[in-house]
Amino acid sequence: MFEYETLKIIWWLLVGVLLVGFAIMDGHDMGVGTLLPFVGRSDLERRVVINTVGPHWDGNQVWFITGGGAIFAAWPLVYATAFSGFYWAMLLVLWALFFRPVGFDYRSKIHNSTWRSVWDWGLFIGGAVPPLIFGVAFGNLLQGVPFQFDAYLVSTYTGSFWQLLNPFALLVGVVSSAMITLQGGSYLAHRTEGVIQTRAVKGAIGAAVVMMLAFVAAGVWLQSIDGYRISSVVNPSALPDPLSKTVVREAGAWMVNYGRQPLMWTLPALGLLGAAVAALLLAMRKTLTAFVASSLAVVGVIGTAGASMFPFVMPSSTMPSASLTVWDSVSSHMTLGIMFWATMLFMPLIVIYTSWAYSVMRGKVTKAYVQEHDHAAY
Amino acid sequence: MISEQLVDLSRLQFAATALYHFLFVPLTIGMVWLLVIMESVYVMTGNVVWKDMTRFWGKLFGINFALGVTTGITLEFQFGTNWAYYSHYVGDIFGAPLAIEGLMAFFLESTMIGLFFFGWDRLSKPQHLLVTVLMAVGTNLSALWILIANGWMQNPVGAEFSYLTMRMEMVDFWAVLFNPDAQAKFVHTVSAGYTTGAMFVMSISSWYLLKGRDIEFAKRSFRVAAAFGLASVLSVIVLGDESGYTVGEAQQTKLAAMEAMWETKPAPAGLTLLADINEAEQKNNWEVEVPWVMGLIGTRSVTREIPGIHDIKAKNRERIANGVVAVTALEALRANREDAAAKEVFEQHMDDLGFGLLLKKYVVDVRQATPEMIEKAVNDTVPRVTPMFWGFRIMVGLGFAMLALFGLAFYSTLRSNFMQKPWLLRSALWMLPAPWIACELGWFVAEYGRQPWTIYGVLPTHLSVSTLSVNSLYGSLAGFIGFYTVLLVVEMFLMVKFARMGPGSLGTGRYRSDSSPGLTPAHA
Repeated sequence: MFEYETLKIIWWLLVGVLLVGFAIMDGHDMGVGTLLPFVGRSDLERRVVINTVGPHWDGNQVWFITGGGAIFAAWPLVYATAFSGFYWAMLLVLWALFFRPVGFDYRSKIHNSTWRSVWDWGLFIGGAVPPLIFGVAFGNLLQGVPFQFDAYLVSTYTGSFWQLLNPFALLVGVVSSAMITLQGGSYLAHRTEGVIQTRAVKGAIGAAVVMMLAFVAAGVWLQSIDGYRISSVVNPSALPDPLSKTVVREAGAWMVNYGRQPLMWTLPALGLLGAAVAALLLAMRKTLTAFVASSLAVVGVIGTAGASMFPFVMPSSTMPSASLTVWDSVSSHMTLGIMFWATMLFMPLIVIYTSWAYSVMRGKVTKAYVQEHDHAAY
Repeated sequence: MISEQLVDLSRLQFAATALYHFLFVPLTIGMVWLLVIMESVYVMTGNVVWKDMTRFWGKLFGINFALGVTTGITLEFQFGTNWAYYSHYVGDIFGAPLAIEGLMAFFLESTMIGLFFFGWDRLSKPQHLLVTVLMAVGTNLSALWILIANGWMQNPVGAEFSYLTMRMEMVDFWAVLFNPDAQAKFVHTVSAGYTTGAMFVMSISSWYLLKGRDIEFAKRSFRVAAAFGLASVLSVIVLGDESGYTVGEAQQTKLAAMEAMWETKPAPAGLTLLADINEAEQKNNWEVEVPWVMGLIGTRSVTREIPGIHDIKAKNRERIANGVVAVTALEALRANREDAAAKEVFEQHMDDLGFGLLLKKYVVDVRQATPEMIEKAVNDTVPRVTPMFWGFRIMVGLGFAMLALFGLAFYSTLRSNFMQKPWLLRSALWMLPAPWIACELGWFVAEYGRQPWTIYGVLPTHLSVSTLSVNSLYGSLAGFIGFYTVLLVVEMFLMVKFARMGPGSLGTGRYRSDSSPGLTPAHA
């Protein structure tokens, strides 16, 4: 139905959509987790905070799981190379995520302040660590990752875990953490009232400021970082074979797309403007529109990273020709087609029933609500 | 070359995390339908005890579900982190069902579970029942897609190798979807889950009845579980036979190992009940055999033979020789994609490529393989017989024991005298671990029995791993064991605590309340 080349581009967009969906939906849960110990000072306040995401975190987490599955199906080489190369980083994400299901479900089942406090910090770790590591991972993708392929396409990562924690990558990690905190704070402000709302607004505005500063700093820094460019002729409809091209590393390569498509500047602009507008709206207590603005900032930031690197997904710093791009790290034509239709069929359904779930549970979560539902609430 | 230690540790980590995950999954799959049944009765009769049953068993379901979710993510990650070459080599086929599982099933299940717990006073009765039903449908569809992926590992249909992309590629999605192995596995696995759910509810209800507490609640729970359990365990056993049948077609090796069948026997082969297996000399010192049965189950005929291990190995020896030619031609093609001569040779021998790759465990250049290496590779093609033979027999034995228990329990519920039979209640209590042991053994027989392959006949386990350091594996394995031990302790603590409290934990005031010392459970 679609040309192979078209499907390759569609899947680049769809992976982007899934990442953005993950950052908006699971992101706001994680932001709430990050803010939990700070905006909730008493057990009751923390229960209010937790119950704003109580009915939804599980569904939202599936954005992450489906995102992983979609990368597996659409970009198997990226899935294989990135997950094994970033071994310890991925394990940290995974182990941090362990705290969430049990933290949410088990925390309030026992009346004991130590027990509850342990799970509160568990929920903090589960909320704060994954966005930080994903940011750091993106920071490394932008610089290139040390991996190579042999003739069998066995990938070998030659760096270390500590190497991932370089200054630029950590700065991108700050962008990501602040963005997710803003997202969680906006959501929390919308679903709570009184002192909890006030603290959530403060936290979110602070996060917005940090995010904007770090995002601009990372953008400036990027000018002096070597990007990657395919120097051989690209045949976008060819069978995927990452070793059949040549790639050069050069300064300013990540800015080339902006020169070709000046419209792309709207993405970083959206990232900055979205955060600024979200902060303003939060100050005015326009919480729902603030959440929308914050979500648009997420689109802008993730879009900026993806579009700057296009067509690269995971450049290799030690064997540039092994770099993974949207043209040569994809599944077969047939699989991309099947997965496209599966996504088109189910994604609207997911949006519909998720919206229904939110509308059933709409309204402020209050202390009275938690006390009244002591038996059923988290 | 990939170190054997790395492969062993990667396998150990996968086995440990998968077996651990599978402690929670069957209960989720089964209990969710019991919740549907209980809530349906509540909606139809309006009797509030049925609502309390749904909520109380739902609470235990939730404690279990939390760990199912936690440990499930590990498995999805692990294909990429620890089995990178596998992910590249078969991601084109294997990734699709995993992604569709997320889109079609897991989203539904996870969104509905939130409403199941939080929606009681925000949804009308039929709306809430709909939520519960959708949660059950999502859970079971999830199992379907996972088993389609797993079935393909056992019986890789609908795919072809491409030397240009150096991987397997999908050529027929419908063949992958309607893989007979996947369909049989799905029915067998979810039925085992239903049995687990029924045993869980029946055992705990029996305990209440033995203690003489919460009688009205426990009695109804027992009845539902006994009926559902009998239907489920019958389905497991009958459709386990169906699994045996497809194994006979796609994976004769697994069948031969499971049955300790060294020699090909004249059709129809007998079923070996017990045997003293002599692995070193590759024979059974003695065996107890029931004539005909194996042939009937395995081939559905009285004339077709089931090959024994020695014949399978002889055939594999030829396939390995062919495979060496295929690997050699493939390497020439990878060096020069235009090599027409190599291409022709490769295409003639590519069906045996996987068998040639088996030699990579012993030598980088397969042409240099010595006769000893080839002999080792031939022996590798059949998994060790003893664990397969006994694993399978214990699983089946437990299945029949559960059939007897559910049969008696159901009969007693019809006669309404199960409360006067403490021995029955006590047996039900003591049988609580049986479905878990059987489920774990079922996983073991299916997956260990596939060795030395990750994808049967296509990709050796040895080549499937990520190129990590052995130290990384020790570190991550230690981390998993540490986390999982703590989580299991916490989960068991809560599960036992709430099971002991019983429906009193709902705080409705209709049941016996518990005043246990120490950490006081909140009514949450």
